[in-house]
Amino acid sequence: MKRQLPLALVFIFGIFCIFQYFVPHESSEWIYEFLLAWIYIIGILTLALGIWSLIRVSWDKVQHRRPNWQYALVTLLGLFAMITFGFDYCRSFFSSEGLRNYMFVHFFDYILIPIQATMFSLLAFFIASASYRAFRARSLLASLLLLAALVIMLRFNPYLGFVGEYMEQLATWLLNVPNLAAKRAIIVGVGLGIVATSLKVILGIERNYLGRD
Amino acid sequence: MNIFDRMMSLDRRWVFLFLAVVCVITYVWPFHIPISTTKEVESIYSFMDNLQEGDIIFLGIDYDPNALAELHPMAYAVAEHAFRKKLRIIFVTLSQNGPGMADQAIRDITDSVSVDRTYNGVFYEGRKLVNGIDYVFLGYKPYPALVILGMGQNFRIPFPSDYYGTPLDSIPMMNGVLNYDQIKCVIDLAAGNVADMWIIYGQGRYNFPLALGITGVMGADYYPYLGSRQIFGVMAGLLGAAQYEKLADNPGPAWDGMRIQLYAHIVIILFIIMGNVGFLMTRRKKKG
Repeated sequence: MKRQLPLALVFIFGIFCIFQYFVPHESSEWIYEFLLAWIYIIGILTLALGIWSLIRVSWDKVQHRRPNWQYALVTLLGLFAMITFGFDYCRSFFSSEGLRNYMFVHFFDYILIPIQATMFSLLAFFIASASYRAFRARSLLASLLLLAALVIMLRFNPYLGFVGEYMEQLATWLLNVPNLAAKRAIIVGVGLGIVATSLKVILGIERNYLGRD
Repeated sequence: MNIFDRMMSLDRRWVFLFLAVVCVITYVWPFHIPISTTKEVESIYSFMDNLQEGDIIFLGIDYDPNALAELHPMAYAVAEHAFRKKLRIIFVTLSQNGPGMADQAIRDITDSVSVDRTYNGVFYEGRKLVNGIDYVFLGYKPYPALVILGMGQNFRIPFPSDYYGTPLDSIPMMNGVLNYDQIKCVIDLAAGNVADMWIIYGQGRYNFPLALGITGVMGADYYPYLGSRQIFGVMAGLLGAAQYEKLADNPGPAWDGMRIQLYAHIVIILFIIMGNVGFLMTRRKKKG
Protein backbone atom coordinates (compact mmCIF):
# COMPACT_ATOMS: atom_id res chain seq x y z
CA MET A 1 0.00 0.00 0.00
CA LYS A 2 2.88 2.31 0.86
CA ARG A 3 4.16 1.98 -2.71
CA GLN A 4 0.97 1.19 -4.61
CA LEU A 5 -0.91 4.31 -3.51
CA PRO A 6 1.76 6.84 -4.71
CA LEU A 7 2.11 4.89 -7.95
CA ALA A 8 -1.65 4.97 -8.53
CA LEU A 9 -1.81 8.71 -7.74
CA VAL A 10 1.04 9.47 -10.13
CA PHE A 11 -0.63 7.41 -12.86
CA ILE A 12 -4.08 8.99 -12.43
CA PHE A 13 -2.90 12.60 -12.19
CA GLY A 14 -0.22 12.13 -14.85
CA ILE A 15 -2.74 10.79 -17.38
CA PHE A 16 -5.29 13.45 -16.40
CA CYS A 17 -2.79 16.31 -16.86
CA ILE A 18 -1.84 15.03 -20.32
CA PHE A 19 -5.50 15.02 -21.39
CA GLN A 20 -6.29 18.29 -19.63
CA TYR A 21 -3.54 20.04 -21.64
CA PHE A 22 -5.41 19.25 -24.86
CA VAL A 23 -9.01 19.63 -23.58
CA PRO A 24 -9.92 23.26 -22.88
CA HIS A 25 -13.34 22.33 -21.44
CA GLU A 26 -14.73 24.28 -18.48
CA SER A 27 -14.86 21.26 -16.17
CA SER A 28 -11.31 20.16 -17.02
CA GLU A 29 -10.12 23.73 -16.36
CA TRP A 30 -11.93 23.72 -13.01
CA ILE A 31 -10.16 20.50 -11.98
CA TYR A 32 -6.86 21.96 -13.21
CA GLU A 33 -7.37 25.05 -11.04
CA PHE A 34 -8.20 22.79 -8.09
CA LEU A 35 -4.99 20.81 -8.62
CA LEU A 36 -3.03 24.03 -8.98
CA ALA A 37 -4.24 25.13 -5.55
CA TRP A 38 -3.05 21.81 -4.13
CA ILE A 39 0.40 22.28 -5.61
CA TYR A 40 0.67 25.65 -3.88
CA ILE A 41 -0.48 24.12 -0.58
CA ILE A 42 2.16 21.39 -0.85
CA GLY A 43 4.72 24.02 -1.88
CA ILE A 44 4.01 26.15 1.19
CA LEU A 45 4.48 23.10 3.43
CA THR A 46 7.85 22.38 1.80
CA LEU A 47 8.77 26.05 2.29
CA ALA A 48 8.02 25.76 6.01
CA LEU A 49 10.08 22.57 6.11
CA GLY A 50 12.96 24.34 4.33
CA ILE A 51 12.91 27.27 6.74
CA TRP A 52 12.81 24.94 9.73
CA SER A 53 15.73 22.93 8.33
CA LEU A 54 17.76 26.10 7.70
CA ILE A 55 17.13 27.35 11.23
CA ARG A 56 18.03 23.98 12.78
CA VAL A 57 21.25 23.53 10.81
CA SER A 58 22.37 27.15 11.33
CA TRP A 59 21.50 27.19 15.04
CA ASP A 60 23.36 23.92 15.55
CA LYS A 61 26.45 25.48 13.97
CA VAL A 62 26.21 28.57 16.18
CA GLN A 63 25.46 26.65 19.37
CA HIS A 64 28.41 24.25 19.00
CA ARG A 65 30.76 26.88 17.53
CA ARG A 66 31.41 24.71 14.48
CA PRO A 67 33.81 26.00 11.76
CA ASN A 68 32.48 29.20 10.13
CA TRP A 69 29.66 29.48 12.67
CA GLN A 70 29.70 33.27 12.20
CA TYR A 71 28.20 32.87 8.71
CA ALA A 72 25.38 30.78 10.14
CA LEU A 73 24.66 33.59 12.61
CA VAL A 74 24.49 36.12 9.76
CA THR A 75 22.13 33.76 7.90
CA LEU A 76 19.80 33.58 10.89
CA LEU A 77 19.90 37.34 11.48
CA GLY A 78 19.16 38.01 7.79
CA LEU A 79 16.31 35.51 7.74
CA PHE A 80 14.57 36.92 10.82
CA ALA A 81 15.22 40.56 9.88
CA MET A 82 13.57 40.15 6.46
CA ILE A 83 10.63 38.23 7.95
CA THR A 84 10.20 40.90 10.65
CA PHE A 85 10.25 43.81 8.20
CA GLY A 86 8.16 41.94 5.64
CA PHE A 87 5.04 42.20 7.80
CA ASP A 88 3.13 45.41 8.28
CA TYR A 89 2.09 45.35 11.92
CA CYS A 90 0.43 48.78 11.82
CA ARG A 91 -2.21 47.92 9.20
CA SER A 92 -2.71 44.22 9.09
CA PHE A 93 -0.40 41.39 10.04
CA PHE A 94 -0.91 39.68 6.70
CA SER A 95 -1.00 42.81 4.53
CA SER A 96 1.42 42.87 1.59
CA GLU A 97 2.02 46.54 2.37
CA GLY A 98 4.94 45.28 4.45
CA LEU A 99 6.75 44.67 1.19
CA ARG A 100 6.95 48.45 0.86
CA ASN A 101 8.34 48.72 4.38
CA TYR A 102 11.22 51.22 4.40
CA MET A 103 13.65 48.78 6.02
CA PHE A 104 12.59 45.84 3.84
CA VAL A 105 13.08 47.81 0.62
CA HIS A 106 16.40 49.27 1.82
CA PHE A 107 17.71 45.86 2.92
CA PHE A 108 16.86 44.54 -0.54
CA ASP A 109 18.15 47.52 -2.52
CA TYR A 110 21.34 48.20 -0.59
CA ILE A 111 22.38 44.81 0.80
CA LEU A 112 20.97 41.95 -1.26
CA ILE A 113 21.31 43.54 -4.71
CA PRO A 114 24.96 44.66 -4.25
CA ILE A 115 25.92 41.30 -2.71
CA GLN A 116 24.43 39.20 -5.51
CA ALA A 117 25.58 41.56 -8.26
CA THR A 118 29.13 41.55 -6.84
CA MET A 119 29.23 37.76 -6.64
CA PHE A 120 28.11 37.46 -10.25
CA SER A 121 30.47 40.15 -11.53
CA LEU A 122 33.43 38.23 -10.07
CA LEU A 123 32.63 35.63 -12.70
CA ALA A 124 34.11 37.95 -15.35
CA PHE A 125 37.53 37.62 -13.72
CA PHE A 126 37.33 33.84 -13.54
CA ILE A 127 36.14 33.65 -17.15
CA ALA A 128 39.06 35.83 -18.23
CA SER A 129 41.53 33.60 -16.42
CA ALA A 130 39.85 30.39 -17.67
CA SER A 131 39.81 31.68 -21.28
CA TYR A 132 43.52 32.47 -21.11
CA ARG A 133 44.27 28.91 -19.98
CA ALA A 134 41.66 26.92 -21.91
CA PHE A 135 41.62 28.53 -25.36
CA ARG A 136 44.78 26.93 -26.73
CA ALA A 137 45.13 25.75 -30.33
CA ARG A 138 46.06 22.21 -29.24
CA SER A 139 44.09 20.41 -31.97
CA LEU A 140 41.85 21.19 -34.94
CA LEU A 141 38.66 21.19 -32.84
CA ALA A 142 40.24 23.34 -30.12
CA SER A 143 41.42 25.77 -32.82
CA LEU A 144 37.90 25.99 -34.27
CA LEU A 145 36.50 26.70 -30.80
CA LEU A 146 39.15 29.35 -30.27
CA LEU A 147 38.37 31.03 -33.61
CA ALA A 148 34.62 30.95 -32.98
CA ALA A 149 35.12 32.55 -29.56
CA LEU A 150 37.29 35.29 -31.04
CA VAL A 151 34.79 36.02 -33.82
CA ILE A 152 31.89 36.28 -31.36
CA MET A 153 33.87 38.55 -29.02
CA LEU A 154 35.07 40.79 -31.84
CA ARG A 155 31.81 41.01 -33.78
CA PHE A 156 30.80 44.45 -32.55
CA ASN A 157 34.24 45.90 -32.12
CA PRO A 158 34.01 49.40 -33.65
CA TYR A 159 37.79 49.70 -34.01
CA LEU A 160 38.11 46.96 -36.63
CA GLY A 161 36.77 49.05 -39.49
CA PHE A 162 35.65 47.07 -42.55
CA VAL A 163 37.01 43.84 -40.99
CA GLY A 164 34.41 44.34 -38.25
CA GLU A 165 31.59 44.12 -40.80
CA TYR A 166 32.86 40.75 -42.05
CA MET A 167 33.33 39.68 -38.46
CA GLU A 168 29.71 40.58 -37.73
CA GLN A 169 28.48 38.63 -40.77
CA LEU A 170 30.59 35.65 -39.83
CA ALA A 171 29.33 35.78 -36.22
CA THR A 172 25.72 35.93 -37.43
CA TRP A 173 26.36 32.92 -39.68
CA LEU A 174 27.98 31.00 -36.82
CA LEU A 175 24.98 31.66 -34.58
CA ASN A 176 22.34 31.01 -37.23
CA VAL A 177 23.77 27.95 -38.95
CA PRO A 178 26.17 25.67 -37.04
CA ASN A 179 25.02 26.82 -33.61
CA LEU A 180 21.34 26.58 -34.54
CA ALA A 181 21.75 23.09 -36.02
CA ALA A 182 23.58 21.78 -32.96
CA LYS A 183 21.19 23.41 -30.48
CA ARG A 184 18.15 22.17 -32.36
CA ALA A 185 19.47 18.62 -32.27
CA ILE A 186 20.11 18.91 -28.53
CA ILE A 187 16.66 20.42 -27.86
CA VAL A 188 14.86 17.69 -29.83
CA GLY A 189 16.94 15.02 -28.07
CA VAL A 190 16.24 16.48 -24.63
CA GLY A 191 12.53 16.80 -25.46
CA LEU A 192 12.28 13.15 -26.46
CA GLY A 193 14.20 12.22 -23.32
CA ILE A 194 11.74 14.17 -21.16
CA VAL A 195 8.77 12.44 -22.82
CA ALA A 196 10.36 9.01 -22.29
CA THR A 197 11.22 9.72 -18.64
CA SER A 198 7.77 11.18 -17.94
CA LEU A 199 6.08 8.11 -19.42
CA LYS A 200 8.31 5.86 -17.34
CA VAL A 201 7.33 7.77 -14.17
CA ILE A 202 3.60 7.79 -15.04
CA LEU A 203 3.58 4.08 -15.89
CA GLY A 204 5.48 3.20 -12.72
CA ILE A 205 8.59 1.90 -14.48
CA GLU A 206 10.78 4.62 -12.97
CA ARG A 207 10.30 4.51 -9.17
CA ASN A 208 13.40 6.19 -7.76
CA TYR A 209 11.33 9.15 -6.54
CA LEU A 210 9.63 6.82 -4.02
CA GLY A 211 12.88 6.26 -2.12
CA ARG A 212 14.22 2.93 -0.92
CA ASP A 213 11.78 2.02 1.87
CA MET B 1 61.82 29.37 -17.78
CA ASN B 2 62.09 31.30 -21.08
CA ILE B 3 59.76 34.08 -22.25
CA PHE B 4 57.41 31.70 -24.13
CA ASP B 5 56.97 29.54 -21.05
CA ARG B 6 56.17 32.66 -19.08
CA MET B 7 53.63 33.74 -21.69
CA MET B 8 51.92 30.38 -21.30
CA SER B 9 51.84 30.16 -17.54
CA LEU B 10 51.20 33.67 -16.33
CA ASP B 11 49.88 33.79 -12.76
CA ARG B 12 46.12 34.31 -12.87
CA ARG B 13 46.43 37.23 -10.46
CA TRP B 14 48.06 39.21 -13.29
CA VAL B 15 45.00 38.50 -15.44
CA PHE B 16 42.73 39.68 -12.62
CA LEU B 17 44.82 42.81 -12.08
CA PHE B 18 44.92 43.82 -15.77
CA LEU B 19 41.21 43.23 -16.16
CA ALA B 20 40.41 45.21 -13.01
CA VAL B 21 42.60 48.13 -14.10
CA VAL B 22 41.02 48.22 -17.57
CA CYS B 23 37.49 48.02 -16.10
CA VAL B 24 38.17 50.84 -13.63
CA ILE B 25 39.79 53.12 -16.25
CA THR B 26 36.99 52.61 -18.78
CA TYR B 27 34.41 53.11 -16.02
CA VAL B 28 35.78 56.48 -14.89
CA TRP B 29 36.60 57.70 -18.41
CA PRO B 30 33.23 58.49 -19.97
CA PHE B 31 33.02 58.02 -23.74
CA HIS B 32 30.50 56.34 -26.01
CA ILE B 33 31.34 53.58 -28.44
CA PRO B 34 29.29 53.19 -31.62
CA ILE B 35 26.77 50.34 -31.52
CA SER B 36 25.30 48.58 -34.54
CA THR B 37 21.95 46.86 -34.22
CA THR B 38 20.85 43.36 -35.18
CA LYS B 39 17.59 42.07 -36.67
CA GLU B 40 16.76 40.17 -33.49
CA VAL B 41 16.59 43.38 -31.45
CA GLU B 42 15.18 45.56 -34.24
CA SER B 43 12.18 43.24 -34.52
CA ILE B 44 11.33 43.76 -30.84
CA TYR B 45 11.71 47.52 -31.12
CA SER B 46 9.60 47.81 -34.29
CA PHE B 47 6.90 45.52 -32.84
CA MET B 48 6.66 47.76 -29.77
CA ASP B 49 6.83 50.92 -31.83
CA ASN B 50 3.89 49.85 -33.98
CA LEU B 51 1.53 49.20 -31.07
CA GLN B 52 -1.32 51.64 -30.46
CA GLU B 53 -1.92 53.86 -27.43
CA GLY B 54 -3.67 51.89 -24.68
CA ASP B 55 -2.46 48.48 -25.87
CA ILE B 56 -1.33 46.15 -23.12
CA ILE B 57 2.00 44.34 -23.08
CA PHE B 58 3.23 41.79 -20.56
CA LEU B 59 6.72 42.23 -19.11
CA GLY B 60 8.21 39.30 -17.22
CA ILE B 61 10.92 40.32 -14.73
CA ASP B 62 12.27 36.80 -14.27
CA TYR B 63 15.71 37.50 -12.89
CA ASP B 64 17.51 37.97 -9.59
CA PRO B 65 19.97 40.72 -8.65
CA ASN B 66 22.88 38.67 -10.01
CA ALA B 67 21.68 39.34 -13.58
CA LEU B 68 20.90 42.97 -12.82
CA ALA B 69 23.77 44.41 -14.89
CA GLU B 70 22.51 42.81 -18.09
CA LEU B 71 18.74 42.61 -17.67
CA HIS B 72 17.80 45.69 -15.65
CA PRO B 73 18.79 48.03 -18.52
CA MET B 74 16.51 45.99 -20.82
CA ALA B 75 13.61 46.40 -18.40
CA TYR B 76 14.26 50.14 -18.20
CA ALA B 77 14.58 50.61 -21.97
CA VAL B 78 11.56 48.49 -22.93
CA ALA B 79 9.27 49.82 -20.19
CA GLU B 80 10.19 53.45 -20.81
CA HIS B 81 9.63 53.00 -24.56
CA ALA B 82 6.23 51.46 -23.81
CA PHE B 83 5.17 54.13 -21.34
CA ARG B 84 6.28 56.96 -23.62
CA LYS B 85 4.02 55.45 -26.29
CA LYS B 86 1.23 55.29 -23.69
CA LEU B 87 1.09 51.51 -23.73
CA ARG B 88 0.04 49.77 -20.54
CA ILE B 89 2.18 47.11 -18.88
CA ILE B 90 1.44 44.04 -16.78
CA PHE B 91 4.55 43.25 -14.74
CA VAL B 92 4.96 39.75 -13.35
CA THR B 93 7.93 37.98 -11.84
CA LEU B 94 8.53 34.24 -11.69
CA SER B 95 11.88 34.57 -9.99
CA GLN B 96 12.04 34.54 -6.19
CA ASN B 97 14.02 37.77 -5.83
CA GLY B 98 12.18 39.28 -8.78
CA PRO B 99 9.63 41.34 -6.79
CA GLY B 100 12.37 43.59 -5.47
CA MET B 101 13.83 43.96 -8.96
CA ALA B 102 10.47 44.78 -10.52
CA ASP B 103 9.55 47.15 -7.70
CA GLN B 104 12.86 48.99 -8.10
CA ALA B 105 12.50 49.15 -11.89
CA ILE B 106 8.93 50.50 -11.64
CA ARG B 107 10.03 53.20 -9.18
CA ASP B 108 12.94 54.30 -11.41
CA ILE B 109 10.91 54.21 -14.64
CA THR B 110 8.10 56.18 -13.00
CA ASP B 111 10.63 58.90 -12.14
CA SER B 112 12.14 58.84 -15.62
CA VAL B 113 8.79 59.05 -17.45
CA SER B 114 7.74 62.06 -15.35
CA VAL B 115 10.34 64.20 -17.18
CA ASP B 116 9.85 65.74 -20.64
CA ARG B 117 12.07 64.05 -23.22
CA THR B 118 12.62 63.86 -26.97
CA TYR B 119 13.36 60.49 -28.48
CA ASN B 120 14.07 59.93 -32.18
CA GLY B 121 12.92 63.48 -32.85
CA VAL B 122 9.54 63.01 -31.15
CA PHE B 123 8.75 65.10 -28.09
CA TYR B 124 7.18 63.21 -25.18
CA GLU B 125 5.64 65.21 -22.38
CA GLY B 126 6.43 63.91 -18.90
CA ARG B 127 3.53 62.29 -17.09
CA LYS B 128 2.88 60.63 -13.77
CA LEU B 129 2.33 56.90 -14.05
CA VAL B 130 -0.53 55.58 -11.98
CA ASN B 131 -0.52 52.07 -10.55
CA GLY B 132 -3.63 50.23 -11.72
CA ILE B 133 -4.17 52.51 -14.71
CA ASP B 134 -0.86 52.69 -16.57
CA TYR B 135 0.59 49.51 -15.16
CA VAL B 136 -0.11 46.69 -12.79
CA PHE B 137 2.42 44.58 -10.93
CA LEU B 138 1.02 41.16 -10.15
CA GLY B 139 3.96 40.03 -8.02
CA TYR B 140 5.59 36.63 -7.67
CA LYS B 141 4.32 33.08 -7.58
CA PRO B 142 6.45 29.92 -7.49
CA TYR B 143 6.35 27.10 -10.05
CA PRO B 144 6.79 29.11 -13.28
CA ALA B 145 5.32 26.49 -15.63
CA LEU B 146 2.10 26.29 -13.62
CA VAL B 147 1.80 30.05 -13.33
CA ILE B 148 2.31 30.50 -17.08
CA LEU B 149 -0.34 27.88 -17.83
CA GLY B 150 -2.67 29.33 -15.19
CA MET B 151 -2.40 32.86 -16.62
CA GLY B 152 -3.36 31.44 -20.01
CA GLN B 153 -6.76 30.62 -18.54
CA ASN B 154 -7.17 33.62 -16.29
CA PHE B 155 -4.68 35.99 -14.65
CA ARG B 156 -6.83 35.73 -11.52
CA ILE B 157 -6.03 32.02 -11.02
CA PRO B 158 -2.39 32.47 -9.98
CA PHE B 159 -2.83 36.15 -9.02
CA PRO B 160 -6.17 36.90 -7.34
CA SER B 161 -4.63 40.20 -6.19
CA ASP B 162 -1.67 42.31 -7.27
CA TYR B 163 1.66 42.65 -5.47
CA TYR B 164 0.26 45.34 -3.18
CA GLY B 165 -2.78 43.29 -2.17
CA THR B 166 -5.42 44.94 -4.38
CA PRO B 167 -7.87 42.40 -5.87
CA LEU B 168 -7.43 42.22 -9.64
CA ASP B 169 -11.16 42.78 -10.19
CA SER B 170 -10.94 46.20 -8.57
CA ILE B 171 -7.97 47.36 -10.69
CA PRO B 172 -9.24 49.54 -13.60
CA MET B 173 -6.54 48.38 -16.00
CA MET B 174 -7.50 44.72 -15.53
CA ASN B 175 -11.12 45.37 -16.49
CA GLY B 176 -11.88 42.94 -19.29
CA VAL B 177 -8.35 41.59 -19.22
CA LEU B 178 -8.79 37.87 -18.68
CA ASN B 179 -5.74 36.15 -20.14
CA TYR B 180 -3.11 36.38 -22.90
CA ASP B 181 -5.82 36.99 -25.51
CA GLN B 182 -6.12 40.60 -24.32
CA ILE B 183 -2.43 41.43 -24.45
CA LYS B 184 -0.36 42.25 -27.52
CA CYS B 185 2.86 40.48 -26.62
CA VAL B 186 4.93 38.96 -23.85
CA ILE B 187 8.47 40.20 -23.36
CA ASP B 188 10.25 37.99 -20.89
CA LEU B 189 13.50 39.13 -19.33
CA ALA B 190 14.96 35.97 -17.89
CA ALA B 191 18.23 34.77 -16.42
CA GLY B 192 17.38 31.09 -16.28
CA ASN B 193 15.18 28.34 -17.61
CA VAL B 194 12.02 30.42 -17.11
CA ALA B 195 12.59 31.56 -20.70
CA ASP B 196 12.21 27.93 -21.86
CA MET B 197 8.98 27.63 -19.91
CA TRP B 198 7.58 30.73 -21.58
CA ILE B 199 8.36 29.14 -24.95
CA ILE B 200 7.02 25.68 -24.11
CA TYR B 201 4.02 26.38 -21.89
CA GLY B 202 3.23 29.96 -22.90
CA GLN B 203 3.85 30.51 -26.59
CA GLY B 204 3.56 26.81 -27.41
CA ARG B 205 0.10 26.50 -25.95
CA TYR B 206 -1.43 29.97 -26.20
CA ASN B 207 0.38 31.16 -29.32
CA PHE B 208 1.00 34.79 -28.33
CA PRO B 209 3.89 36.86 -29.73
CA LEU B 210 6.88 36.26 -27.45
CA ALA B 211 10.23 38.04 -27.28
CA LEU B 212 13.08 37.34 -24.90
CA GLY B 213 15.66 39.38 -23.07
CA ILE B 214 18.34 37.06 -21.74
CA THR B 215 21.87 37.11 -20.37
CA GLY B 216 24.81 37.05 -22.77
CA VAL B 217 25.78 33.46 -22.02
CA MET B 218 22.25 32.27 -22.79
CA GLY B 219 22.15 34.05 -26.15
CA ALA B 220 23.26 31.23 -28.44
CA ASP B 221 20.75 28.81 -26.85
CA TYR B 222 17.72 30.69 -28.16
CA TYR B 223 18.55 31.08 -31.85
CA PRO B 224 16.66 27.87 -32.77
CA TYR B 225 13.45 29.48 -31.47
CA LEU B 226 14.04 32.51 -33.67
CA GLY B 227 14.40 30.24 -36.67
CA SER B 228 11.19 28.40 -35.83
CA ARG B 229 9.42 31.75 -35.19
CA GLN B 230 8.43 30.74 -31.66
CA ILE B 231 9.98 34.02 -30.56
CA PHE B 232 9.96 37.16 -32.67
CA GLY B 233 13.07 38.71 -31.18
CA VAL B 234 15.83 38.27 -28.67
CA MET B 235 18.01 40.70 -26.75
CA ALA B 236 21.11 38.95 -25.46
CA GLY B 237 23.19 40.44 -22.69
CA LEU B 238 24.37 43.99 -22.26
CA LEU B 239 24.83 44.29 -26.01
CA GLY B 240 21.15 43.46 -26.64
CA ALA B 241 20.08 46.06 -24.09
CA ALA B 242 22.44 48.66 -25.60
CA GLN B 243 20.99 47.98 -29.04
CA TYR B 244 17.46 48.57 -27.75
CA GLU B 245 18.62 51.79 -26.07
CA LYS B 246 20.12 52.91 -29.36
CA LEU B 247 16.96 52.11 -31.32
CA ALA B 248 14.85 53.93 -28.72
CA ASP B 249 17.32 56.86 -28.78
CA ASN B 250 17.53 56.55 -25.01
CA PRO B 251 21.18 55.92 -24.01
CA GLY B 252 21.23 54.34 -20.59
CA PRO B 253 23.24 52.02 -18.38
CA ALA B 254 23.66 49.34 -21.08
CA TRP B 255 25.19 51.59 -23.72
CA ASP B 256 27.28 53.16 -20.97
CA GLY B 257 28.51 49.74 -19.89
CA MET B 258 29.41 48.63 -23.42
CA ARG B 259 32.74 50.48 -23.39
CA ILE B 260 33.76 48.59 -20.25
CA GLN B 261 32.68 45.28 -21.79
CA LEU B 262 34.44 46.05 -25.07
CA TYR B 263 37.78 46.79 -23.43
CA ALA B 264 37.43 43.83 -21.07
CA HIS B 265 36.94 41.64 -24.16
CA ILE B 266 40.01 43.17 -25.80
CA VAL B 267 42.08 42.37 -22.69
CA ILE B 268 40.79 38.77 -22.68
CA ILE B 269 41.59 38.42 -26.40
CA LEU B 270 45.11 39.75 -25.86
CA PHE B 271 45.68 37.24 -23.06
CA ILE B 272 44.36 34.43 -25.28
CA ILE B 273 46.68 35.49 -28.11
CA MET B 274 49.61 35.73 -25.71
CA GLY B 275 48.90 32.25 -24.33
CA ASN B 276 48.67 30.79 -27.82
CA VAL B 277 51.88 32.45 -29.05
CA GLY B 278 53.66 30.98 -26.04
CA PHE B 279 52.05 27.58 -26.62
CA LEU B 280 52.88 27.43 -30.36
CA MET B 281 56.45 28.63 -29.93
CA THR B 282 57.10 26.15 -27.13
CA ARG B 283 55.67 23.32 -29.22
CA ARG B 284 57.80 24.33 -32.20
CA LYS B 285 60.92 24.35 -30.01
CA LYS B 286 60.11 20.90 -28.64
CA LYS B 287 59.61 19.52 -32.16
CA GLY B 288 62.78 21.17 -33.42
